[in-house]
Amino acid sequence: MAAASRSGLSGWLYRVSDSDIWWSFKSSPMTVAAAVATFLIIAVAFLSPVLAPHTPFDPATLSLSDGLKPPVLVSPDGDWAFPLGTDDQGRDVLSSIMYGTRLSLIVSLAAVAVAMVLGISLGLISGYFGGAIDAVIMRVADVQLTFPAILVALLIDGVVRGLISVKRHDEIAIFVVVGAIGLSFWVSYARTVRGSVMVEKNKEYVQAARVIGLPPLLIMVRHVLPNVTGPVLVIATLNLGLAIITEATLSFLGVGLPSTEPSLGTLIRLGNEVLQSGDWWITVFPGVTLAALVLAVNLLGDWLRDALNPKLR
Amino acid sequence: MLAFILRRILQSSAVLLAVGLVAFSLFRYVGDPVNAMVGQDTTMEERDALREKLGLNDPAPVQFFHFIANAARGNFGLSYRTSEPVGRLILERVPATLELSFCAAVFVLFVGVPMGVYTGLYPRHWSSRLLQAVSLIGISLPTFLIGILLILVFAVTLHWLPSFGRGDTVKVGWWVTNFLTVSGLKALILPAITLGLFQLTLIMRLVRSEMLEVMRTEYIKFARARGLTNRAINFGHALKNTLVPVITVAGLQLGSLIAFAVVTETVFAWPGVGQLFIQSVQFSDIPVMAAYLLLIGLFFVLVNLIVDLLYFAVDPRLRSQGGGARVGGH
Repeated sequence: MAAASRSGLSGWLYRVSDSDIWWSFKSSPMTVAAAVATFLIIAVAFLSPVLAPHTPFDPATLSLSDGLKPPVLVSPDGDWAFPLGTDDQGRDVLSSIMYGTRLSLIVSLAAVAVAMVLGISLGLISGYFGGAIDAVIMRVADVQLTFPAILVALLIDGVVRGLISVKRHDEIAIFVVVGAIGLSFWVSYARTVRGSVMVEKNKEYVQAARVIGLPPLLIMVRHVLPNVTGPVLVIATLNLGLAIITEATLSFLGVGLPSTEPSLGTLIRLGNEVLQSGDWWITVFPGVTLAALVLAVNLLGDWLRDALNPKLR
Repeated sequence: MLAFILRRILQSSAVLLAVGLVAFSLFRYVGDPVNAMVGQDTTMEERDALREKLGLNDPAPVQFFHFIANAARGNFGLSYRTSEPVGRLILERVPATLELSFCAAVFVLFVGVPMGVYTGLYPRHWSSRLLQAVSLIGISLPTFLIGILLILVFAVTLHWLPSFGRGDTVKVGWWVTNFLTVSGLKALILPAITLGLFQLTLIMRLVRSEMLEVMRTEYIKFARARGLTNRAINFGHALKNTLVPVITVAGLQLGSLIAFAVVTETVFAWPGVGQLFIQSVQFSDIPVMAAYLLLIGLFFVLVNLIVDLLYFAVDPRLRSQGGGARVGGH
């Protein structure tokens, strides 16, 4: 970023196009395809209020006579107004998917942000101060790692349900899901950050910063943290794929987002309830969208991990 | 070796104690044991009397001790949802989950390891590349989606296999089993594949990369020079040396099988512990959640312990080194 201030946007673009990362990105067609797919899905999802042909979750615009229309490409009964068909309530599947993807993305991005902030803070504290506080944080991390993230998220969700009433729960469901997923993913960040901090804190530049009297918080954020951006970025990308899956799973199990505000997982659950009658499109299209999104994000994460790993260069 | 095992047991107990503390806090502070046991018209005095009788006014450490002692005897209190004893509720459903997880584990090991060996031995063959690409998609598909797709193809469209429930079961003692009837065995196929597929791709990819590494070593070249058969080299020498990391991951994955049974059981309406857990999360049935947490904690700790002990069986170098050795995957 320093170059940007010196020679403007063109200088920054030159630096990017001249870097190892860009070269490694360009020379992997699979990664470019994954990046394009991710970008497209994200763009379409966030533009869904503009692009979507219908407003599927406004009951006033629905008509039961439009219910259970099959997709246009497989059946002559299809209606071009509903290219991917409709569900039993007459909601347009395509529009539901667009809005659902947006919600899934918002929840998983927020959850990854929560996990990242929490994990980085605890990892910095743990590594910088050491001693008893380090021991406590790392033992909690160990115990939590014993359980798969989905179980931890389920448990947190169930506890919150026990603490608040059902009606309130639907209103704050999105925050509960974000918190539950965020809390179940913090450990990998904390461990990575802690490891680097323990290496960096004995180096001379940190000692120098301490000698000139900088407060610990400033040293950690300004001087130690930049050393771990690479690994943290890799974890965050791989975590995003996992967070999307976890959110979808929670919603599918009926403990995530409510059916009034459906994410991809909720759509798949609603479709699954009528699957036995053979109306496959209500389930399959959200499912394919989910799989494509996760696959693209995972491919990006895998590439980033290899590209930032100096051992593999 | 004995010191190592003792230390591992001590660490495991500490983890279990921490899990127990979480379960106890859930049971005692998130849920209210008294509310679950009385009707709406119970007076405050009666509630207080019950509170005293249950020992809920004792100091917290005493209560924690009682909670653990009761849990060890399988007494977890009453379910908020059905008012039945939680211990019995769980015990009734344990066989279904264990049989499902067992079948999934067999599927994972007996399909995943050979696939990994094959793709590791012939990495450039087109079928290996295909398997590798398919496994990447397998990792990106959530478990419940795999289940739904299998139901759509094999149950709804082809009508080959049932899509929900356990089919006909046979009671052997208190254990209700699927293994003794044709419909029970048929009912197991789709859920077991669904549950195992993700783990299968992980094991396959792991065995593949370990095999690729081992096949480059000197002792494999030497074994070839000695004129050993391919079979002896591939399985006797190469596969055996990939086992330590494979056992680590396989052990941890076995634990995940039980956890992901939660999802699979919901998709296939399989009457196991996982389904019970989901219902208890939906109704915030705290005693069931606490009991499930303890049970899963115990299971994971035991699996980890067994995995550690298996290292000694697999890797003779550890046995001679004595207690200090600690092996990890990577």
